[in-house]
Amino acid sequence: MTAAEEKPARLISGPGMLLVWFYGVMVVGAVSRSAYQISTEFDRAPLAYALSAVAGVVYGFITYTLVRGGETARRAALVCCAAELAGVLLVGTWTLVDRSAFPDTTVWSYYGAGYIFIPVLLPVSAMYWLRKARDTVRP
Amino acid sequence: MLNPLTLVTGVAALLLAAWCGWAAYRDQPTKDWHFIGMAVVSLLAVVQLAIGVVQLARGEKPEQGTTIFVAYLLGAFACVPAAGLMSLAERSRWGSVTVAAGGVVLAVLEVRLYDIWGG
Repeated sequence: MTAAEEKPARLISGPGMLLVWFYGVMVVGAVSRSAYQISTEFDRAPLAYALSAVAGVVYGFITYTLVRGGETARRAALVCCAAELAGVLLVGTWTLVDRSAFPDTTVWSYYGAGYIFIPVLLPVSAMYWLRKARDTVRP
Repeated sequence: MLNPLTLVTGVAALLLAAWCGWAAYRDQPTKDWHFIGMAVVSLLAVVQLAIGVVQLARGEKPEQGTTIFVAYLLGAFACVPAAGLMSLAERSRWGSVTVAAGGVVLAVLEVRLYDIWGG
């Protein structure tokens, strides 16, 4: 019991490791892409590039909470995954309804079709995993 | 020179993905042989990085821009070693799945590299 209290419960055992991998890939993808686009051609599609940057920050935070572990991190990650899913659905619908607002695509355009739908599948599987992890995390 | 290597690296990455996927299917962690496979694929990515930089130094221009090209070269170089390290930390079938996913990601990066360089 004391060992469980001293060390935050691991969230990255088993399938969690795969999630960290995909989140890590998305962090690198979204952050580097938005950093490049914002620094070189921000005026072309400011909304799209800003949204990509936000997506990168959200991915970064979720990756950090997964690696850190523990109950607080698990809850924070769960909230962020819900926000991420809402973001993907919102931006995905937005890009379908009003194409003119996005002269260039974002990470979340068309529900993440440019990234083989990983952006929409990832939060769903992460939330499933985090809910399942609750039983093992609690002493 | 670069495009054949891109093709070879992409195919090798897919083979690695299939191999580690097979290990995961049989409920096995990554073993020494898998790490040798990862080393081979990583070596291909290193050679690709080196040749890409040499081509740039010679004054050749990638079709979609030098910055993007270098960023993808670095991403391709880091991809499999990162997945390999994570499979060392996760000694179960899920470590194998992670490396398989790493191979698929690298293959996608190679397709993008081919486009960026301008086939």
